[in-house]
Amino acid sequence: MDHLLDVENLWVRFPTRQGIFDAVRGVSFTLGRERLGIVGESGSGKSMTGRAILRLIRPPGQVEADHIKLDGVDLMQKSEKDMRDVRGERISMVMQDPKFSLNPVMTIGDQIIEAYRLHNRVSKSIAWTKALEMLEAVSIRDPDRVMRAYPHEMSGGMGQRIMIAMMLIPNPEILIADEPTSALDVSVQRQVLDIMDKLVKERGMGLIFISHDLNLVADFCDRVLIMYAGRIVEVCDADKLHDAQHPYTRGLLNSLPRLDAPRDRLEVLTRDPAWSEAPSVSGRV
Amino acid sequence: MSMLDIDALDVWFGRDRGRVDAVRQASFIAAAGESFGLVGESGSGKSTILRAITGLAPTWSGKIAVKGHAIGQRRPKAFYKQVQMVFQDPYASLHPRHSVDAVLGETLHLHGFRDIDARVVKLLDDVGLGQKFRFRYPHQLSGGQRQRVAIARALAPEPELLLLDEPTSALDVSVQAEILNLLADLRQEHGLTYLMVSHDLSVVGHMCDRLAVMKDGEIVEIMDVAALRAMKATHPYSQHLLQASV
Repeated sequence: MDHLLDVENLWVRFPTRQGIFDAVRGVSFTLGRERLGIVGESGSGKSMTGRAILRLIRPPGQVEADHIKLDGVDLMQKSEKDMRDVRGERISMVMQDPKFSLNPVMTIGDQIIEAYRLHNRVSKSIAWTKALEMLEAVSIRDPDRVMRAYPHEMSGGMGQRIMIAMMLIPNPEILIADEPTSALDVSVQRQVLDIMDKLVKERGMGLIFISHDLNLVADFCDRVLIMYAGRIVEVCDADKLHDAQHPYTRGLLNSLPRLDAPRDRLEVLTRDPAWSEAPSVSGRV
Repeated sequence: MSMLDIDALDVWFGRDRGRVDAVRQASFIAAAGESFGLVGESGSGKSTILRAITGLAPTWSGKIAVKGHAIGQRRPKAFYKQVQMVFQDPYASLHPRHSVDAVLGETLHLHGFRDIDARVVKLLDDVGLGQKFRFRYPHQLSGGQRQRVAIARALAPEPELLLLDEPTSALDVSVQAEILNLLADLRQEHGLTYLMVSHDLSVVGHMCDRLAVMKDGEIVEIMDVAALRAMKATHPYSQHLLQASV
């Protein structure tokens, strides 16, 4: 299998007053043309892993890795200027909340066109048609009106679809989605996921799907990395997530209330210090 | 006896052309000791009902009665001793420069308690935090610990009805389990009545006895949890919601 992305021994560190804090500790994985899920609690380092791939961690935070290879080229060796050609064009990222990631004082059309024209030298009118097509691709009705609208006029679900349109218009090879549906209602969640799934499949992209929702990941992804305290504790196929072995994964699964299996008390996770001591499991294939 | 009786409740915002009817003709009854859930998508008006009950949404009409006493536009002090609310975001609902001791102490003082010191200790024990958290500030607490403080503050006046507005949606599933267990224990110990808003059907299924499904400001269906578990919703919208969440 050819790897789009190959991450080896990734560390993210933040100096604090109490000494250095390791947010991500020696994580290795590969990504092919697949949907790779990263799950874990808040603070487990899953978002930091996503950001570190794009080198989006600002000083004083430090990123270290043996390599982060995109099609065989190491991103760690690239200059900040060269990284700009990677971000958006080859790897793009959808963030959690559209309210904070769209520019509130620019129309949606202008924002999508800007994203497209940054990577393609075309006239404004061609970019406008491209943007319209992209909005249609993410199932937005009445794209003409949406192009002229401002972000505050959009609902959360529409905002997130606009974000996805904007991130996919430069046709990247890899999409990193950091909790793309957590701010959305369940019924809208499904729609957004379906759209993302369709586009990723059609374009043969690799997807890194970061989420805290185990059921969603089990449903949606091909392979899952489970992170705890900055390390990968378990790697499994998504459809086998419910048979996961690691006590942490089991604990997370058991702590969910379920409609089909009512219980008086929910199981509470008892944390074993050995989990954070154990070396990271490799997510390479 | 009914703890909370809501009949033909309308809540609106704005006026004239800008008027938005957030809740229309909502009616339900929560019995004493019951846990009643409100579910629906964002914008369906479920939180607005809670805000109307506590007086945070002043433009409403219809009937809200707590323990048989109808509420007017001005609520007496005794009302707030009976009814308390826990908000969604524990990061936003605590004053960043007040210590846990100050937050709980102030609430107790406002409700006219004398033995504040002993009560703060008791409240912290009740929510499973213990003494060492007493003089901490919110930024020194995790999300789950903050939500425990928010619950302790709501319990301070010894209320009978607790309004829970998505109490666990900002928390991790492992912490959610702890808070839901805590809420279940507290309900049993103190004989509380819960009115719980959530978008997560499995959380409501776990916590509540009966629930109302809301859509566009209206209650479309009231059912009990057994029907929810058996996936026996009658209204097409609640069926749709059920299917989307499993």
